[in-house]
Amino acid sequence: MNMLTPRKQRLILVGNGMAGMRTVEEILARAPNRFEITVFGAEPHVNYNRIMLSPVLAGEKCFDDIVINERAWYEANGIELICGEKIVSVDREARQVHGANGTVRPYDVLLLATGSNPFVIPVPGASLPGVVTFRDMADVDAMLAAAKTHRHAVVIGGGLLGLEAANGLALNGMDVTVVHLMPTLMERQLDVAAGTLLAGDLERRGIKVLAAANTKALLGDDRVRAVQLADGTEIPADLVVMAVGIRPNGELGKAIGLETKRGIVVDDGMRTSDPAIYAIGECVEHRGQTYGLVAPLWDMAKVCADRITETADTGYQGTVTGTRLKVTGIDMFSAGDILGDADSEDIVLRDASRGVYKRLILKDDRLVGVVLYGDAGEGNWYFQLLKDAAPIGALRDDLIFGQAFALGGGAAIDPMAAVAAMADEAEVCGCNGVCKGKITAAIVEKGLTSLDAVRAHTKASASCGSCTPMVEQILALSLGGAYQASTAIKAMCKCTNHPHEAVRARILAEGLKTIPGVMHALGWTTPDGCSSCRPALNFYLLAAWPGEYVDDAQSRFINERAHANIQKDGTFSVVPRMWGGVTNAKELRAIADVVDKYEIPAVKVTGGQRIDLLGVRKEQLPDVWRDLNAAGMVSGHAYGKALRTVKTCVGSEWCRFGTQDSTGMGVALERMTWGSMHPHKVKLAVSGCPRNCAEATIKDFGVIAVDSGWELHIGGNGGIKLRGTDFLCKVTTDAEVLEYCGAFLELYRQEARYLDRTAPWVERVGLDYVKQRIVEDAAGRAALYAAFLHAQSFAQVDPWAERVAADAAMRHEYRPLALVE
Amino acid sequence: MSVIDVMGGWTDVGTLADIPRLGARVVTSAIGNIALFRTARDEVFALEDRCPHKGGPLSQGIVHGRGVSCPLHNWLIDLGTGEACAPDHGCTKVIDLKREGDRILLRVPRG
Repeated sequence: MNMLTPRKQRLILVGNGMAGMRTVEEILARAPNRFEITVFGAEPHVNYNRIMLSPVLAGEKCFDDIVINERAWYEANGIELICGEKIVSVDREARQVHGANGTVRPYDVLLLATGSNPFVIPVPGASLPGVVTFRDMADVDAMLAAAKTHRHAVVIGGGLLGLEAANGLALNGMDVTVVHLMPTLMERQLDVAAGTLLAGDLERRGIKVLAAANTKALLGDDRVRAVQLADGTEIPADLVVMAVGIRPNGELGKAIGLETKRGIVVDDGMRTSDPAIYAIGECVEHRGQTYGLVAPLWDMAKVCADRITETADTGYQGTVTGTRLKVTGIDMFSAGDILGDADSEDIVLRDASRGVYKRLILKDDRLVGVVLYGDAGEGNWYFQLLKDAAPIGALRDDLIFGQAFALGGGAAIDPMAAVAAMADEAEVCGCNGVCKGKITAAIVEKGLTSLDAVRAHTKASASCGSCTPMVEQILALSLGGAYQASTAIKAMCKCTNHPHEAVRARILAEGLKTIPGVMHALGWTTPDGCSSCRPALNFYLLAAWPGEYVDDAQSRFINERAHANIQKDGTFSVVPRMWGGVTNAKELRAIADVVDKYEIPAVKVTGGQRIDLLGVRKEQLPDVWRDLNAAGMVSGHAYGKALRTVKTCVGSEWCRFGTQDSTGMGVALERMTWGSMHPHKVKLAVSGCPRNCAEATIKDFGVIAVDSGWELHIGGNGGIKLRGTDFLCKVTTDAEVLEYCGAFLELYRQEARYLDRTAPWVERVGLDYVKQRIVEDAAGRAALYAAFLHAQSFAQVDPWAERVAADAAMRHEYRPLALVE
Repeated sequence: MSVIDVMGGWTDVGTLADIPRLGARVVTSAIGNIALFRTARDEVFALEDRCPHKGGPLSQGIVHGRGVSCPLHNWLIDLGTGEACAPDHGCTKVIDLKREGDRILLRVPRG
């Protein structure tokens, strides 16, 4: 050991959950190199956002979406992560922990974050197979597995967790009944009126609610079969989810002799009865209170990190909690004392036809409780008023109508003004405990300009996303016009807020090399994207990492996956490449033979100077290709967002007006560019004189021969919206034509949005920009050309030959899996 | 083509591994083609291979979440119910499917 550096202190965290890992993050933020950290987790996963298990069960997110820290993060921070090993004992004298698999680690500081256990009501049959709790990823997997094979589910417990489980199971196709002991649902958060509205909304979603129902036994032999109530009613059940509450898991603390009551007892500094041991999260009891929501964890983590790093002498004062139900489409919020007493007063707003109910509970001119149902947009504002405990005073008259109205003196005001009026301490993101001041400070100090950057730096809006509009308003307020400009760009699709350009930039900057990797890093809101974003991402990755990225066949439109054009009757068309539109007797004979042999119903000459074979059945495709390959023909990519054709006229070889060999130039261009993939289809043409018989001025890249060389034209389109090309420049040599063409196509590949033809792209970025990159910047042009040729060295593989040669596994896509008589 | 066993109307058509993840395969039958889909979570669904809109082959679409986008006009069909997602209206027939271990069995109604 180097004598000049003191030994790092050893910190051991028991519990790889949200509370413990948040504390570690807070510690790293305060003293990055102070500790040598080891984390033990009983679950076989990296650390994930447990409150997002409900969206996973509902199919709105997948496990990867809710991972907080990936393995690479632990590695990058020098943290040893030991998953799947439970700590069984702690030698407090020797300061060592012992794992169930025999791992021993010494500590200077030990942090216990063992969380809580779901409470299982001790009724007969509670241990039958098919009875689960709703606590971790294994429970979610068990529920999803049951949903695939079974029909009836009963959720015992109509609180927050139980209802989220019921909703998720219903979305997975199960027939769900909620059995709740109390007369109304979520009675700790909702009053009778709101609870009744909630029951109605759930019933409309097909979830049956049995209130005031006491579970007596779970019936079944090998597996649970029914739930029996105290009144004798039996409800069929193939799956029973127990969601009646949680108990702090202070087991380890108790076993090693720490003071425990309901949980491990901690002081305001989160320290246990052993000064070397801290405890945090749902396993603790602080001033007689235990907690089961996420917000208190963040407050505890800050204090705990302050104390462990000795950076501040803060103390935990308890947390006032607010609750939202994570069921998409049900908007509710509740906080504080929702029942009130003889001294409290109520302000109530009911709008039965809209299903809106709002109740504010006031005491001594202060807001002490809030229940919002059907419209909870003002939840954060009321929650802040409640936590501030400031006198309501004159606000009282308009309080029930919300912040904008109340602060605007009764007049409707701009929603931005409401955000501007928020105090710095007002909480914006409830999932991650981020207040407005922290977001504003990060925007200013770190120069953030996008929602995504704010998410990365503050975690605000990075979990459930319900505060995204507010975070965007804060960005807009902080940046003024600068942010407005960037939001004007549309998001790629409904799966993400990011525009195409931002996605491409992040792929390059962060070295993202897979579709799931991109979706995870950029916070996609769907588990595997949609038919709009997946093909786009596949192309962006292909363009970014030539030779490295492995094409994802399932993210390509059928035409590109099957290498043929699907027709309206589900058959396909086959178009072999004809270089520059030139063919010969051997090729034509082979085509004729294929048409006869496979009884192809239609043959047509295309606008791109080649031959289209129409009405080929999918299972015939590999055989048709094999025969065409045998005659030396390859795929014409007539089906792809790819280089299609290079149309030519006969040029100086035959034409009395021809000035250059346009056919030869067309063949050379097609040999260079075939196989290249693009944001959309790309068509080229070469005309041998200004009469322009090859119609080069409506192509993506058009070349027109003149006596002294070649004119280059770009951005033409003969499709839906006719657009003549823009004149790019004139060059003198054949080699220059190839270089300018390759450079132009590479610029388009790298910078256009997926499904943009060159015409709208050139119009958007401007001709001057393209000229600057391709004509004026010689070195840049050479680099783009080199990049194009590099990509082509991997792209120029005939996809037909590949599939004909491939083994049965690759060919079977084209054949039926089986036949049912 | 695989050997077919018929057991109480159920026909073994193959294994999970025969279908690419987020992809589909076709089973031919007396009532026409049937599309077998596999989601990212390895759920398997069977639908008549005809979009309710213009009869497009759903087996050729892009699978995402629990839906498939028709390759012809991009209608989104729910794999579990065969229903088109709003604002479109229509329904494709769901084919009975069960899994026994790794095997996938279909029960196809008589044509």
